[in-house]
Amino acid sequence: MKLIINGCEAQVSATRLDALIRELDHQDQWVATAVNGTMVPRDRRDAHALKEGDRVEILSPMQGG
Amino acid sequence: MLTIYGKTLSSRLFLGTAQYPSPAILADAARASNPAMLTVSLRREMAGGQTGSGFWDVVRELGIDLLPNTAGCHSAKEAITTAQMARELFGTDWIKLEVIGHHDMLQPDVFGLVEAARALSAEGFKVFPYTTTDIGVAERLLEAGCEVLMPWCAPIGSARGPQDVQALKSMRGYFPDVPLVVDAGLGRPSHAMTVLEHGYDAVLLNTAVAGADDPVGMARAFALAVDAGRLAFESGMLEPRDMAVPSTPTFGMAEFS
Repeated sequence: MKLIINGCEAQVSATRLDALIRELDHQDQWVATAVNGTMVPRDRRDAHALKEGDRVEILSPMQGG
Repeated sequence: MLTIYGKTLSSRLFLGTAQYPSPAILADAARASNPAMLTVSLRREMAGGQTGSGFWDVVRELGIDLLPNTAGCHSAKEAITTAQMARELFGTDWIKLEVIGHHDMLQPDVFGLVEAARALSAEGFKVFPYTTTDIGVAERLLEAGCEVLMPWCAPIGSARGPQDVQALKSMRGYFPDVPLVVDAGLGRPSHAMTVLEHGYDAVLLNTAVAGADDPVGMARAFALAVDAGRLAFESGMLEPRDMAVPSTPTFGMAEFS
């Protein structure tokens, strides 16, 4: 399906958020996720079904002031 | 010792982690200054789990408490969601709350700030609000659940130092029992010393260290300045006088004419 991942259109095969994280080769432990503006906690990613056009944000630790 | 949200801090310096020439220099600067906390952020992961991984490995090895921020958020909703994600990612309910109101000046949006502070406090966050010296806003932040205030002294990254010392002094005087941290605008160790001399509890800075020719040396200089400023405040400084007062005793002076 087609998703908007971190602002970019992407064609993916994953249908659940946890599978998407694996498909994109992210370390599950070191990313935080939100779908359509709402945070999805790590322990609920496996239950979160994705649908066409979902906006997914995948954030990781970064430098900050 | 400084205690915020029930935690006694080892230092009165909070150090940002951005803009260093390398993760290794960031680590050396942190070790040279022993800050109470390091500020960090969340950003989009773009490289298969490798974005910022060098930085993150270094920060974790330092073992210094982290204060995630919501930098770049321009609405309460954005800041709230970012804080929720930061809590999970960094394993802390401490959050430096930034809601930015203006792209160029990076001034706080104090309306969104109070709204987000109230919501996050209700969710159990320990909110460190990046705010102004406005007393009315400060009162609302305290009513919203904040137990610390972090007024700017000049725009973020400007290195101007305290632009309105009287406003900072008024805030200190009006909230004698609230931990106050100057966050943003510091450029030189003397700036940090000045606000500590005026009774501010701590400073939070980033660009002044990271942008120096020698960030490690500058980190150490700021740490020394913070300690000196606090010691001066606790030791009771003289108030300025209009007229001279001789320091050498005048009693017993010889008369030669």
